[in-house]
Amino acid sequence: MKSVLVVDDSATTRSLIKAVIDEIGEEMNVVEAGSGFEALRLLPQHAFDLILTDINMPDINGLEFTNFAKNDTRYVHIPIIIVSTEKSREDIEKGLALGAIAYVTKPFRTEELQGTIRKVLKI
Amino acid sequence: MSASKKDFIAESEELLLEAESHLVEIQETNSSGLRPDTLNSLFRSVHTIKGISGIFGFRNVTDVAHSFESLLDDIRLGKIELSADVLKFLFTNMDMLKKIIRDEDEGSKEDISGYLISMEAFRDSAKKGSGASAADGAFAGIDKSIISILSEYEEHRLKTNIRENKGIYLKSAVYNLADFEKELNDLTALIRSHGELISMFPDSNDLPPDSIRFNLMIGSILPFDGLKELLGDDIKELISCKAAPEPPPPQAIPQEMTLKSSTSFVRVDIEKLDRILDTISEMSLAISAINRVGKEMMELYGHTPIVVDVLKISQVFGRRITELQGQLLEIRMIPIGQIFSRLSQVVRRYSRETGKRIDILLYGEDAEIDKYLAEEIADPLMHIIRNAIDHGIEPAEVRKSTGKKESGTIILKAFQRGNHVIIEVRDDGAGIDIEGVRKKAIEKGLLSQDSRVDERELLEFIFMPGFSTKTTVTDISGRGVGLDVVKQKLSLFGGFVDIATAKDAGTTITVTMPITLAVLRALIVRIGKERFAIPLTSMSETFAAGQADIQTIEGREVYNLREEPLPMIRLSRVFGIMDDGSDTFFTVVVGYGERRAGLVVDELIGHQEIIIKSLSDYLKGYTGLAGAAEIGKHEVILVIDVESVIGKFISIGSGDLIQKAVSHV
Repeated sequence: MKSVLVVDDSATTRSLIKAVIDEIGEEMNVVEAGSGFEALRLLPQHAFDLILTDINMPDINGLEFTNFAKNDTRYVHIPIIIVSTEKSREDIEKGLALGAIAYVTKPFRTEELQGTIRKVLKI
Repeated sequence: MSASKKDFIAESEELLLEAESHLVEIQETNSSGLRPDTLNSLFRSVHTIKGISGIFGFRNVTDVAHSFESLLDDIRLGKIELSADVLKFLFTNMDMLKKIIRDEDEGSKEDISGYLISMEAFRDSAKKGSGASAADGAFAGIDKSIISILSEYEEHRLKTNIRENKGIYLKSAVYNLADFEKELNDLTALIRSHGELISMFPDSNDLPPDSIRFNLMIGSILPFDGLKELLGDDIKELISCKAAPEPPPPQAIPQEMTLKSSTSFVRVDIEKLDRILDTISEMSLAISAINRVGKEMMELYGHTPIVVDVLKISQVFGRRITELQGQLLEIRMIPIGQIFSRLSQVVRRYSRETGKRIDILLYGEDAEIDKYLAEEIADPLMHIIRNAIDHGIEPAEVRKSTGKKESGTIILKAFQRGNHVIIEVRDDGAGIDIEGVRKKAIEKGLLSQDSRVDERELLEFIFMPGFSTKTTVTDISGRGVGLDVVKQKLSLFGGFVDIATAKDAGTTITVTMPITLAVLRALIVRIGKERFAIPLTSMSETFAAGQADIQTIEGREVYNLREEPLPMIRLSRVFGIMDDGSDTFFTVVVGYGERRAGLVVDELIGHQEIIIKSLSDYLKGYTGLAGAAEIGKHEVILVIDVESVIGKFISIGSGDLIQKAVSHV
């Protein structure tokens, strides 16, 4: 079973992303983090196969979080997909430079997000 | 999908509340030193609303949030200066966003393309030439790997701090991963009181697995040594501070006081105040019960000291409650300017849609009115303004040919007179065609050919339902939002409307509204299972009667009240509900002269002070209801509009009926 961490400060967005992941049909364990801080604490508690993160969040942002994960040998292998609005295009490019593997712009189409997740997880 | 529209609305409402409080903070601190954080938080709230509305496909919300967000983005990135005009516009944006989310909730859709265009235009006109960013090479001294983590916004804040010659420092702190938040928050609060926290990025290099390091990039006018003393070791200087140490603030505030806000205002949801009003009305019920008990005791025991005490206490208590009610009503006051700014938005929008150029002038925006009443008059005022633009102000060519300046002017003016606020809507258009009104009135059979009526009386017709001097219906004022509706709406709250016009000089519509909610005394009655309120001002007396006392003349029931025939109206039939069906009942006499009638009810419950509110849309179509009121324990009862009940049930021809009845008795 794959484990996915979804980081977004909007509860509605998190549950939508979770629904999209559930719909893929593979058995997946979705863990939600409502802030960057929460995500930092959750990282060592699960063996995540994938991280989906928003950029604009109140405590630390998605770039700062991505930078953290990509500089820690424990997490460097976990692929990160940035899920953010088109407003932060420059930020998305920075995220990719920091080591994120893909990005999906909000609002996303279900198939688009599912396709990206499938490709990244090779399922 | 597990998330529903309800989730969207709930989260949006939370975000809106947050956004609003940020916006108010921005307004309050803008002149004294706005914290960039606050602006960024506002941006983030709107950004999130946009994000989630987009996922749900709520196009209008996404579009409005997007344009609001873009404006905020330009402001936080320094491309637009936060002037008083821009600030005002932010409030307009906030109102629009609220409205559009409410619309989505209620399932109504409005064409907002005009609004979006005006938003873009405003943003373009507010933008500074090239943007005030520092030279891009300004990051010398800061490691590239740090810059690569900064978001666009953080980068902008860094540039701004450098441009302002502040020192840029990097503080590191190591915490236990399990519980770092409290300590970290204390540190960031300390930093924020001495500068700006530009970015905060964690790492775990060379740390045991259960620890985490936070690196905090700080911009401050404090020199390195000063900051080090404050924040402890593990701090590096990235760029040294070139700003002259600022003179200590004039009032040399002790350190621990700097977090105090300079305002003494609190923001309160109007619903909370409504609940207090409800509690007060429950208390008045309790007091009248005490008073009743006192009086019963007096009958039993006479004027003994303890009985006199009970009555005295109930009186004092009653007076205090009235005072409390008055004080609370005062808290609910807002400046009318809040409504005016929304209305000027409407003017701009309709000006664009009609292609008529219109200037709007506002006066007396400080005049205050109850928040609830302000909201209730916003739509009527909007209808008046639409009418003025549509029917009043002439097209530019016509204005030119009559020697007027091409753009029309609408003046909104408010002032207080006693317990009322007077709002004038004045246009410099063509004025109302009085002869046209006369012709129309004759056409409609409201006036005979040879009747002599003066201008004032003729203008009264304009307030009659379905009366319009223009035959064309435009998108702007449309049909059904005539002045009759405006008048009816205002009268609900004890307001009225007046009109003055002069050919070619324009029209002034004057709206007079009470400043606070009207507290009126009403008789509470019961019909079957329902309770209703009848305002005491509309009734003259009550009596008990039996079925046997009623005669039926031509299908109408009439009671012989002191040798005068009194037409009876069964409220159970008016409202289509079941009454007790008993042989005896009570009658409430309402109205005057020929328009007098007896309302048949099952029980008289008692007098009570009520605060009348408008009806929900669901009940709006009903004849005979003036509004709703809450009476104790959150029970809502309907208030009877005596005028309309009489109007409908004793319609024309009742004169004959009365005559027949008289000959009968």
